[in-house]
Amino acid sequence: MKLEENLRRRRENKEILLMTHLVLGYPDFDTNREVIAQMVENGVDSIELQIPFSEPVADGPVILKASQESLDHGTKVSDCINFAKEMVEKWDIPFLFMTYYNIVFKYGEEAFFKKCAEIGITGVIVPDIPPEMGGSFYQFAEQYGISPVLIFAPTSSDERMEITGKCSRGFVYCVPRKGVTGAKSEFGDGLTQYLVRCRKHTSLLLGVGFGIESRANVEALIGKADIAIIGSKTIKLVDEKGAASVGPFIRQLLGEK
Amino acid sequence: MTTETTVTAEGFFGEYGGQYVPEALIPILDELAAAYDKAKNDPEFQKEFTYYLTKYSGRPTPIYRCANLTKACGGAQIWLKREDLNHLGAHKVNNTIGQILLAKRMGKKKIIAETGAGQHGVAAAATAALMGMECTVYMGEVDIERQKLNVFRMKMMGAEVVPAMSGQRTLKEAVDEALGAWIEHADDTFYLLGSAVGPHPYPSMVRDFQSIIGREARQQFLDEQGKLPDYCIACVGGGSNAIGMFTDFVGDKEVKLVGVEPSGRGLEPGDHAATLCLGTPGIMHGFNSYMLKDENGEPASVYSISAGLDYPSVGPEHSYLKDIGRATYEHASDMEAVDAFFKLSQTEGIIPALESSHALAYALKLAPTLSADQTILVNLSGRGDKDVAEIEKLIASGQITMP
Ligand SMILES: Cc1ncc(COP(=O)(O)O)c(C=O)c1O
Repeated sequence: MKLEENLRRRRENKEILLMTHLVLGYPDFDTNREVIAQMVENGVDSIELQIPFSEPVADGPVILKASQESLDHGTKVSDCINFAKEMVEKWDIPFLFMTYYNIVFKYGEEAFFKKCAEIGITGVIVPDIPPEMGGSFYQFAEQYGISPVLIFAPTSSDERMEITGKCSRGFVYCVPRKGVTGAKSEFGDGLTQYLVRCRKHTSLLLGVGFGIESRANVEALIGKADIAIIGSKTIKLVDEKGAASVGPFIRQLLGEK
Repeated sequence: MTTETTVTAEGFFGEYGGQYVPEALIPILDELAAAYDKAKNDPEFQKEFTYYLTKYSGRPTPIYRCANLTKACGGAQIWLKREDLNHLGAHKVNNTIGQILLAKRMGKKKIIAETGAGQHGVAAAATAALMGMECTVYMGEVDIERQKLNVFRMKMMGAEVVPAMSGQRTLKEAVDEALGAWIEHADDTFYLLGSAVGPHPYPSMVRDFQSIIGREARQQFLDEQGKLPDYCIACVGGGSNAIGMFTDFVGDKEVKLVGVEPSGRGLEPGDHAATLCLGTPGIMHGFNSYMLKDENGEPASVYSISAGLDYPSVGPEHSYLKDIGRATYEHASDMEAVDAFFKLSQTEGIIPALESSHALAYALKLAPTLSADQTILVNLSGRGDKDVAEIEKLIASGQITMP
């Protein structure tokens, strides 16, 4: 799989990778362009592009609001696809789509994965299509060489981690806390034990998202996980301080001055 | 290979239903489904459920032959299943009693619920007070403004009402926020869902609790008439009163089942909530069902004069019943519903809920096309006291006139 190979290669000479996230069309595509440039030029390894859906059940208030505002000013799935294509052509890092199943369902499962392959998207995160629901979804992903990234939660049983771990490609997204995106996480012993448990159930790289805001948070993951994933924080940052503040924030997360 | 993973068909009605939820919800829903499976087959649980339905809500509710209305209409006899006579004035309490007894069994201490018009919120608040549980109700900010009296009712019974501030700030957003809160607090909290919607096991669990409606009605009709009705009619919002009415009749192929959806101001997008009539399959709030979408595939904005019917999706079992042709789904407009509202009030002295008035409106259209020995049983899902202020406003502003 292209995504896994790419991430593993990057991981060879870094102690942890950095993955970032943004909501497409929020506040607008021009700002998205600028933010992505800031992210890539300052050393981000991979980016999740979220196609907005109005019922993002796995997301907290920040992403919910961004999704809704993007939709309100008319963002279409086709706009997101065109934009992603442009980004993939311009930057040499793997891009993923993050969205909800209704978007894929409406687009057509096969057509969606075919399109991803065509424009060079390497993976998808669709949190509301668990393995039990997604027979054809996962088959088409496999057929078109797109990595579906699945999620572990602290409440997932060992049995479930086996199932989702087997079905996941590229890496596994480990949610470190209960609840939706955006709220603060604990980065203490509980997290360490949880990541040890995640590690037991998959040989894929482990990404940790939800609530990462600082270099200290990233450091807390080194040696325990492979990818630190930053979501809501950059959206808040762009809202408050503009796209230009993203570069310095990324450098800070990487431990640079 | 991804295809190795076992595909369990749990929670599907044909292709509809399912559990389209993030990983964090799966263990919570599994726990709920397992607990409900156990309770369902436990005579103690059924005994307790029956006790509260009887002593607390006053069941069985009667069926009533509308002699005056039938005469005024001509044609088939119109009968009502009087769910409006339940405690709190609607069928909603059948479900909240069932779910809260389950919550208690599961050792949960707190209840969260979503509400649109406030009817389910009131029923949830009441049953939470009854069981001594803390209750938080999520309600769209717009709905809070529109339904002040129900908000006050909930508060009087000790519930906290939390405004949902995102999006259209109505029922859809209230569900989003309730689900979010549940994911976070599932250890000690039970999500008391108000209709036969949502991820498995909710649609079948809510159906089971509401199916007391049809079970009683079928027997009552047989006892009084020695035969079954020709038609069973119910309004469809999320679909709980309708599925509750239909379930025991599904096997009686000669009984026609009709669900009635709101066509609001008209059939243009945004003017109605006639999901089964005009929607296409889609996934929202954790399940696959007919859904009203905009051109982008997003849930469309919906409208109806009755706040209890405006939801852009519908219970998955109805989608299935529609596809296999066992039930049909029709629609009635705001004005037809208002007309039926007054007709029943003036011929029988029964003020129906505006939701139920949609079912009645279709019955009024149907009856004259049938013969006098045929029978129509309408589920009168609730009483109309809650709608009186709204009707008065519409009269005062000249939008409708009192017949
Ligand atoms: C009296 C009454 N009938 C019907 C409904 C619609 O819900 P459902 O379709 O789940 O029965 C409501 C919802 O608030 C209601 O209050």
